[in-house]
Formats: sequence, C-alpha cells, structure tokens
Amino acid sequence: MTAMTDQQKAGFRLSQLIYDTRYRSMTIQAVALILFMLGIAWLLSNAAQNLAALGKPLSFGFLFEPSGYDINQQLIEYDSQSSHGRAAIVGLLNTMLVALMGCITATVIGVVIGVLRLSHNWIVARLMTVYIEGFRNVPVLLWIVLFMAVFIESLPQPRDFRGDDATASMVLSDSVAFTNRGFYIPRPEWHSGSMVVVIVFLLSLAGIWFFGRWARKRQDATGEILPTFWIKLAIFVIPSVLAFFVMGQPITLEYPALKGFNFTGGIYMRNSLIALWLALSLYTAAFIAEAVRSGIQSVSHGQTEAAFALGVRPGRTMQLVILPQALRVIIPPLISQYLNLTKNSSLAIAVGYMDVTGTLGGITLNQTGREMESLLLLMACYLTISLSVSAVMNWYNNAIKLKER
Amino acid sequence: MKKSALIGALTLTGLAAGMASAGTVDDVKAKGFLQCGVTTGLVGFAAPDANGNWEGFDVGFCRAVAAAVLGDPQAVKFTPTTGKTRFTALASGEIDLLARNTTWTFSRDVDLKFTFVGVNYYDGQGFMVPKELGVSSAKELDGATVCIQTGTTTELNLADYFRANNMNYEPVPIETNAEAQQQYLAGACDVYTTDASGLAATRATFENPSAHILLPEIISKEPLGPLVRHGDDQWADIARWTLNALITAEELGVTKANLEEMAKGTNNPEINRLLGTEGDLGGMLGLGKDWAKNAIAAGGNYGEIFNSNIGEATTIALARGLNAQWKDGGLIYSPPFR
Repeated sequence: MTAMTDQQKAGFRLSQLIYDTRYRSMTIQAVALILFMLGIAWLLSNAAQNLAALGKPLSFGFLFEPSGYDINQQLIEYDSQSSHGRAAIVGLLNTMLVALMGCITATVIGVVIGVLRLSHNWIVARLMTVYIEGFRNVPVLLWIVLFMAVFIESLPQPRDFRGDDATASMVLSDSVAFTNRGFYIPRPEWHSGSMVVVIVFLLSLAGIWFFGRWARKRQDATGEILPTFWIKLAIFVIPSVLAFFVMGQPITLEYPALKGFNFTGGIYMRNSLIALWLALSLYTAAFIAEAVRSGIQSVSHGQTEAAFALGVRPGRTMQLVILPQALRVIIPPLISQYLNLTKNSSLAIAVGYMDVTGTLGGITLNQTGREMESLLLLMACYLTISLSVSAVMNWYNNAIKLKER
Repeated sequence: MKKSALIGALTLTGLAAGMASAGTVDDVKAKGFLQCGVTTGLVGFAAPDANGNWEGFDVGFCRAVAAAVLGDPQAVKFTPTTGKTRFTALASGEIDLLARNTTWTFSRDVDLKFTFVGVNYYDGQGFMVPKELGVSSAKELDGATVCIQTGTTTELNLADYFRANNMNYEPVPIETNAEAQQQYLAGACDVYTTDASGLAATRATFENPSAHILLPEIISKEPLGPLVRHGDDQWADIARWTLNALITAEELGVTKANLEEMAKGTNNPEINRLLGTEGDLGGMLGLGKDWAKNAIAAGGNYGEIFNSNIGEATTIALARGLNAQWKDGGLIYSPPFR
C-alpha cells in the first residue's frame, strides 16, 4: 500500500511514455510525426543540394524571358517574343477550355446514357451497357489517339476542296468545312446596333427566370400547371429575333473560305482540340453514366410506386421524385470525375494540343532546362484548378443534400 | 502522402546517384555495357533493322565508343529518346552518352550543363513539301501549316524565320518523327521541317519519295554531335577522342579492311600512335593500347560509317558536302594524335 502511494507521489516518469497505455499512443504519433518531418526536410535539402551541385539553384527568372516559340491555339494574344510566363498562361487557358467543354459534354452524355441504361427496352439498355464497358475499360490515351488518327486519315485535306475537280466540298450551304486539320465554322460579326440585340437577349433570359418563379408560385397557390416549356421557349426566341430585324440585322456571319494553304475566316477548331474534347467527354461520360445509374437505383422503388399511385406521370416522377433524391448520391462521384477529366487533359501533347503541360511542362521546360521550377509550377496549376472545381462542386453538393430538420 | 514522399525520395536518390558517380568510364566497365541514347527511329541515323538490331550513323558512334572502352562493339544498350526526353535521360544518369542528332548550342552546353564532344554531322534546318503543292521556295510558305518536332531547336528557328520574313504559319507540335511522317503524308500539315539530313532520311522511307521535294532554303546552322554530362572530363575525353580517332583514321586512310595490316606498324608515326603500336595514348585515357583500333574495327572510319548508313550509295543518299574531310573542302577536321 505504501509502495503505491510512493509511486503516485513520484509523479510523471519518462518510462511512462512507453509503458503507460495512457501516453503510449501519443508517443508513437509524436515519433512518427518527427520522422516524417525529418524525411521531408531531408528530401528538400537533398533537392536543394543537388540543384546547387548542378549549378541550377531554384529561380523563376526564366518566366520573364522571351519564349521564342509559337503556340497554335491562343485564347489571349501571344507571339514568339512573349515571355515563358505568358506561354504558360496561354497553355493554362487551353487546359481550362478543354476541361470546361469536356465537363459539360460528359455530364450531358453521361446523364442520358445512365438513364437509358435503366430503360425497359432491352436493346437500348444493352447498347448502353456496351458503350459504358467499351469506353471505361480502354485507356483514355488510346481513345484520344484513335479519334485523332480517324480525323487525320479519313477527313479530306484543305487542298482537296480546291479547283473544279474538288474531291471534297463544304457542307451546310458552304458554311462549314470539315478538314483533317480541324473544323471551320462561321463566326458572328458584330456591327453597330448589335448591342441592342444582345441586351434584349439577356433581358429575355431574365424574363424566363422571373416567369419560372411566377409560374411556380401560381402552381403552389392554385395547383394549375402551365405549359412552361413552350412559353419559356417563346420568351427565349421571339424578342431577340424581333430586335435582330428591327435593328436591321446587325449581326452577320463570316464564312470560312479557302485561301492559300488553309481556310481563313470563321472559327477554326483544330482537330487536336476536337479529338481531345470528344475522347475525354465520351470516356468520362461512361463513368458519369454509372454514377447516375447508381444514384437512380439508390432511390427505393417504393417512391416510384407511391408517385404513380398518386397519378404522377413517369416523366414528372423522374423529375420531381427520383432525380432530386438521386442527386445526393450522384454528386460526390461526379466531382471526382470532373477532377479526373481535368487531369486527363494533360494527355493533350499526344495529339499536339498545347495545354499547360505542353507549354510550361513541355517546350519551356525543355528549352530552359528548369525542370524543378516548371514541374512545381505545373503541379501548382493543376492543384489550383482541381481545388477550385472541388470547392464549387462541394458548395453545390451542400446546397442539394438532404436537409435534416 | 507517405507513399508519394517515398517515390520522391527514390527519384531524388536516383538523381543523386547519377550526380555522385564521378567516373562514368568505371561505371560502364563495371556494368559491362554502354547505355547510349538515340532517336526513337530515324532511318540512317538510328533505327532498329528487321531483326531488332540498331543500326545507323549515330548508332555507329555508340558502337565505336563501346568498342574503345569495352573492346566489344555489341556491348551497347540503346535507349530511344524523344526530343523532349533526351536531356532528362542524360542529366539523370539513365544514359551514359547521347548520340541523337542533337544540335550543339550555347545554352545546351552552358545552361543545361552538358559537354558536346564534337560535331559528327554539320546540318541545317530545311523544309519538305509535296511536289503537287507547287511551292519552290520557303518564302512562299505564308499561311502554311507546319509540322515540327517539339522540344528541338527547329521549333525556335522556325519561329524566328517566319517572324523575320513577316509571314504567318500554323505550328503543329509533334513528339516523334514517325508521328510527323503520318501527319505530313495524310496532309494534316503542308510542310515538315527538321534538319535537312532528317528530312532526307524520312523521305527515303516514303512509298513515293519523288513526290516530295526539299526546299532550297537552309534556315539555320545545326552542328549535330554526341554529348555527355558536364563534370566528368575523363569520360568526355574518351568520347571526344573516339570521334577524333574515327575522323583521323579516314584522313590517314585507315579503313576496316586494312586495319589489321596497319596495326602491325607503318612508316607513318601518327598511324602508329593512333593504333597503339607506338606510345600509349590509350593509357592516358585510361583505356587499353588498342582502343582506337577497336573503335575503328567496329564500323570502319568516319567516312565508312557515313557511306554505309547515309551516304550516296544508300537510299538516303546524302552527299558529303560540309561533312567531307577538310582536305576535300569540308569541315570535318580532327586535332592531331600526338
């Protein structure tokens, strides 16, 4: 007995850190943390030492030097005298362009395919299964290269459009040209007075939103359902078209025309962009389709039956009962798919699309020999894009998730 | 997190190992073969034949170095590299020597920390177009779509040339020569530009080479040569003097055929020094006396390697031109063996 009181009086002893279960787990964690941080510190100092030994200390000055190379697709002004930093931004914008286009298309296709896969029509459901399994189980790089090869080999060259014995011709009354260098489509030209049309169009969008709110309130109050789709469509089209003619057709189209080696005029969508965009969209759509299917199947069948019993039609059941509940399951995997698509876009160099990996992580890295700096910046770029996508989608997820009261 | 840190550690230690080994020649002798970086496939310069054996002008140099160091021209492992990956491969120690028609420039020598051991081919950037395009000069290429290999000096020369001549173009960046060839033949680009020797080599593999022409303009100086890492002077010396030995052998008339006879001793002291029957130049390099003899035995002298791979008798049919011996009006010139 006395021995025990003695021990308590002795208070905390170092050996307790190992033998006393109250402290042991903390000791282990502290040791692990210290070792981990030592490891990181060793890596950093090793990298710094090696760079110093190579005579290449970390420096980002090269970003302000003239790049000396040209980039084909540029969303902001750029030429070979611009800086490496600007080249990186051009690449970054190209990455974001293809990622944005890809995410939108993949979502649309994915939702359609996912719903159709649950169709009661045997052929439709099986076809969708074949699509999903086909795209999901082949690496996306192969799809990208395949699409590019198909474009290059099967579409005509611009010079096939020339002369009297041209073997290829433009489609849609000579306004669109499909060539193996890309697609040329008409570009709108804005003349004086076009602002009025644009403002009317924006106002009609606002009108659609207000009408939607009013119609919903009216429905809540009276229970009557208006044919909102047709009315919204009318608001969308009629005022803008009227304004267009009243202002004397201020918006015209500039058509692409064959001049010299290539088509000029119009909007030029390079086949590298289209191949990358299509391949990423179709590939990611297969995954999104599975997320949509799992979301829909997670809603108990009793919900559908209950809705039917109340006399709700199948389309409205899907829209009002199933999808709102399914979205809670669909959104989290959807976020991952968006992130995957964005990161997969770094395969762009396979088809010569100049994304940020192609400019900053490719030509700039190679011409300046600043591997460490370029790769660090590149990682920071993707991290920023991914975290932004994640933040937006998490906000949306919070907005639609089950509100427990 | 911990896993990625581990991978990072492995990469960095790999880098450190590459850096730390001062004696590349000892490493090569220890592992018993030379790791040589070449192109991913450019017929005439470096490409595997039907049996998978690498052959070509650059390959010939790799084999000569292997023969000089190890006595066996077959003791080479080839690493195919693209324009983008070649420098990283050399800097990281993955390869011992890069012989991949690489242009000797100031920034590569000084800023990228490599040592060029000499020039084995004096080249310049040219343009190839299909004949039916009706173009006869590069000045007529305004608005053309141009295929370029990304990560090369050609990319920069092209930008400079079109800018200086106030013309526009649409660059199509491509990773390897094979992809460029595919796009060019399908008409996805009007013009293919790279070193003139590369264009000739590529054209030789076409189904119908006569349907394509090389434009007369040569828009740059491209001295191509083998290179090694900075900081290992002994290894750089071995590579440099192997190249010089091949060049000197041609100058002195030492060929694969008369090599054995010459090695017995001649009246010309320089041949004797070169082939090791007089003095010990090999010993000074840390190699055997017969190092140069082995190097020449691998594929012949410079001229023989040139003629059998890319010379006028081959499908690539490149004339010696600037790459003739200095005595014949070319630029190929080796310092004396003394």
